[in-house]
Amino acid sequence: MALKMVKGSIDRMFDKNLQDLVRGIRNHKEDEAKYISQCIDEIKQELKQDNIAVKANAVCKLTYLQMLGYDISWAAFNIIEVMSASKFTFKRIGYLAASQSFHEGTDVIMLTTNQIRKDLSSPSQYDTGVALTGLSCFVTPDLARDLANDIMTLMSHTKPYIRKKAVLIMYKVFLKYPESLRPAFPRLKEKLEDPDPGVQSAAVNVICELARRNPKNYLSLAPLFFKLMTSSTNNWVLIKIIKLFGALTPLEPRLGKKLIEPLTNLIHSTSAMSLLYECVNTVIAVLISLSSGMPNHSASIQLCVQKLRILIEDSDQNLKYLGLLAMSKILKTHPKSVQSHKDLILQCLDDKDESIRLRALDLLYGMVSKKNLMEIVKKLMTHVDKAEGTTYRDELLTKIIDICSQSNYQYITNFEWYISILVELTRLEGTRHGHLIAAQMLDVAIRVKAIRKFAVSQMSALLDSAHLLASSTQRNGICEVLYAAAWICGEFSEHLQEPHHTLEAMLRPRVTTLPGHIQAVYVQNVVKLYASILQQKEQAREAEGAQAVTQLMVDRLPQFVQSADLEVQERASCILQLVKHIQKLQAKDVPVAEEVSALFAGELNPVAPKAQKKVPVPEGLDLDAWINEPLSDSESEDERPRAVFHEEEQRRPKHRPSEADEEELARRREARKQEQANNPFYIKSSPSPQKRYQDTPGVEHIPVVQIDLSVPLKVPGLPMSDQYVKLEEERRHRQKLEKDKRRKKRKEKEKKGKRRHSSLPTESDEDIAPAQQVDIVTEEMPENALPSDEDDKDPNDPYRALDIDLDKPLADSEKLPIQKHRNTETSKSPEKDVPMVEKKSKKPKKKKKKKKKKKKKKKKKKKKK
Amino acid sequence: MIRFILIQNRAGKTRLAKWYMQFDDDEKQKLIEEVHAVVTVRDAKHTNFVEFRNFKIIYRRYAGLYFCICVDVNDNNLAYLEAIHNFVLNEYFHNVCELDLVFNFYKVYTVVDEMFLAGEIRETSQTKVLKQLLMLQSLE
Repeated sequence: MALKMVKGSIDRMFDKNLQDLVRGIRNHKEDEAKYISQCIDEIKQELKQDNIAVKANAVCKLTYLQMLGYDISWAAFNIIEVMSASKFTFKRIGYLAASQSFHEGTDVIMLTTNQIRKDLSSPSQYDTGVALTGLSCFVTPDLARDLANDIMTLMSHTKPYIRKKAVLIMYKVFLKYPESLRPAFPRLKEKLEDPDPGVQSAAVNVICELARRNPKNYLSLAPLFFKLMTSSTNNWVLIKIIKLFGALTPLEPRLGKKLIEPLTNLIHSTSAMSLLYECVNTVIAVLISLSSGMPNHSASIQLCVQKLRILIEDSDQNLKYLGLLAMSKILKTHPKSVQSHKDLILQCLDDKDESIRLRALDLLYGMVSKKNLMEIVKKLMTHVDKAEGTTYRDELLTKIIDICSQSNYQYITNFEWYISILVELTRLEGTRHGHLIAAQMLDVAIRVKAIRKFAVSQMSALLDSAHLLASSTQRNGICEVLYAAAWICGEFSEHLQEPHHTLEAMLRPRVTTLPGHIQAVYVQNVVKLYASILQQKEQAREAEGAQAVTQLMVDRLPQFVQSADLEVQERASCILQLVKHIQKLQAKDVPVAEEVSALFAGELNPVAPKAQKKVPVPEGLDLDAWINEPLSDSESEDERPRAVFHEEEQRRPKHRPSEADEEELARRREARKQEQANNPFYIKSSPSPQKRYQDTPGVEHIPVVQIDLSVPLKVPGLPMSDQYVKLEEERRHRQKLEKDKRRKKRKEKEKKGKRRHSSLPTESDEDIAPAQQVDIVTEEMPENALPSDEDDKDPNDPYRALDIDLDKPLADSEKLPIQKHRNTETSKSPEKDVPMVEKKSKKPKKKKKKKKKKKKKKKKKKKKK
Repeated sequence: MIRFILIQNRAGKTRLAKWYMQFDDDEKQKLIEEVHAVVTVRDAKHTNFVEFRNFKIIYRRYAGLYFCICVDVNDNNLAYLEAIHNFVLNEYFHNVCELDLVFNFYKVYTVVDEMFLAGEIRETSQTKVLKQLLMLQSLE
């Protein structure tokens, strides 16, 4: 026995303490894992010892290892042992380890409840303190429920050090155990007026966090916070309170009006940037809610914008970033006040920090108008050229397209310019957003009828270009644009200048290197082109020309038939057969063009994204009714393991329902067919869908352009959009002159007219008429479709659980559970409950009588207070 | 509300990790790696705020150490920046180098717990924090 003890203490001499462990790890950089597993084995040995100091040392080392990333959950019980040490340093180590490694899944966590309770009511404030700190990290719903009462009593502790901790922890307790909020709330309110400023700010913090999630419950506290705000000088507290007000004002506009004055005072007086920023933010929030827009509020907005401008102009990146962030909030409601700072924001685009650039981009998104769109996009394009090979370039690209396609292309006055911008964008290499550009091209070409001719000519140039084919291997690369190009050329082939040339371009052997879905589009549109060429040739009675074209098709289509992609193969072989058939007919001099073009009759219109959802269910169709008679589902699942023996019996019931419901099926089939007939986009199984061909009146929609020189030179490879900018300026200037002339005439006529709002010389956006007649085809929706949106709320959100009405008085059922040893009468008010609780929670402890006496003394002191 | 506080060196080794929200161990590792990736790429020209998943990170670099605080998106950035500065200027850390942080990591945790608790800033007064820490030290 003695030998064991000696041996034990010798072993202990060689124990590593924390320093040794760290040094060892640093020295073993190459075989760190091996060394550490060695250390862990040693630690396991140490943990088996009885000596608490040794255990604490081991746990300390374990904490360090946990920080490095090793799992120490196997030592949970040992950690609890160390937590129960009487010496403060060991206890602290235990709690630290617990806070780092315990989580809700730790099984032994319920063993800590009593220990924590002991520590919470310990006379030493440090024990209590360390217990509170540790608890805050690993509180679980069970722990919260059991300890809520103790923590609540601690909120009235004599030492502010403890009070503060208790208040802050209550927030965590509320999150885990929402039922504790109502009983604890009156105490929390008291703490707002605590003499110690630290406790006050802690209470403010907690209430602010709670109110942020569920503001309407805390509206009654607004006057109290108002008083605090005007009296406090502590910036941290002020920031929290102001943030709280920002959350409350949407609910109570009168509060907003009251706030404007003190907030503006603060903005003027404070030197702390953080407080300034918070005030500006809240003022913006207030003014957004007070959207009625009283005249003196424009002064506040101006003040905010002014201050934000100072922030943005500051050389400190952080302030710039925050200024831009706040500006974008103002932008949503008061765009005019922000637009005057456009130059500053364009400057920010040149900043080295990417996040600032992105913020500036966001701002630009809201600041475009018809007038400055071209200028802004031009600037962005120069940036795109500069930002070679970065993700930022992709971001720019998406932003440019977003800006331009905002609200149904509201801001674009000249679509030719926009198409030329898109074509320029196709020259970007290595972008992943080829499909975006393609989608835009398609969108514009379909919706803006007047632009189709121009678009088609651009697209045919694209089809010719070799470099697009070169990037064909990249997914979502710029070759996606060819998808759009082919489709546009095919669909609107009547606008093509040289259809034969385009046809040849689309049938080039290199096309087979493109991705499958693009090839499929190529094949389909080749036929459309072919149809229109045939039409032309037959009208011109060039039989040989027609036959030559057919021969070209027959020669080139087989390369698609051999493609690996299924869709391409199917389409190509289908069309090849068709073309061969046409060839035979042509040999017999039968005019086929009319029938071939009938294949592609009809217009395709864009469909709204929610159209499918909104298709109304036809009457008499019950989607929830059973199609077959319901086999008892639950039984059939149980029967499956025995199915080997019951197989025959199962088959028989299956037959009967299918016969009985034949009628139902027929009815449903009819209903389905009806639906499909109404939906023009349903792809029917037959190869030649019958649609009526509507002749698009091309000429009337294109306005007569005044000067012929406005049509720019089509030099392939050179940017054309700049010329459009100049053209646009000239055009607007001309417009303005005309309007001035008209206005002068009107003024002469109506000299006597009492016009208060005389037409001002400044142009507004609406004065600028678009260059082309924009006939935007709107999206199709099924009949009687209603716009609706569904909110998705996360059912597991802990913050929603805290949405409790605090003004109602406490009911009996809502008292916090207290540990009782004897049955006593339950009292009705929470205040009476508290002193009784204090008595009872101490009785179950089997501690020395000295402690009881100490506690009684404490109670007496409290009563005296 | 603070989600977590992280002190890392340039190489990505964690010197302190204080979590105010539940994460699994592997989630924690992933977060540490991600924060490291995001923060070390930035230099002095960049802002001290980074958007990170659906939170944001406010960080400050002191010599070879990055002090990162991860907060909710609508929290005041500048306030937390000041909090970091406050934390580092602590007298307790008189002339502290990274190695000291490594060997006395539990003391660092004590300081963190003095200044931040349950995801909120607890104490900002340097004098009070120092007094507390000296008292705690005397108990050892």
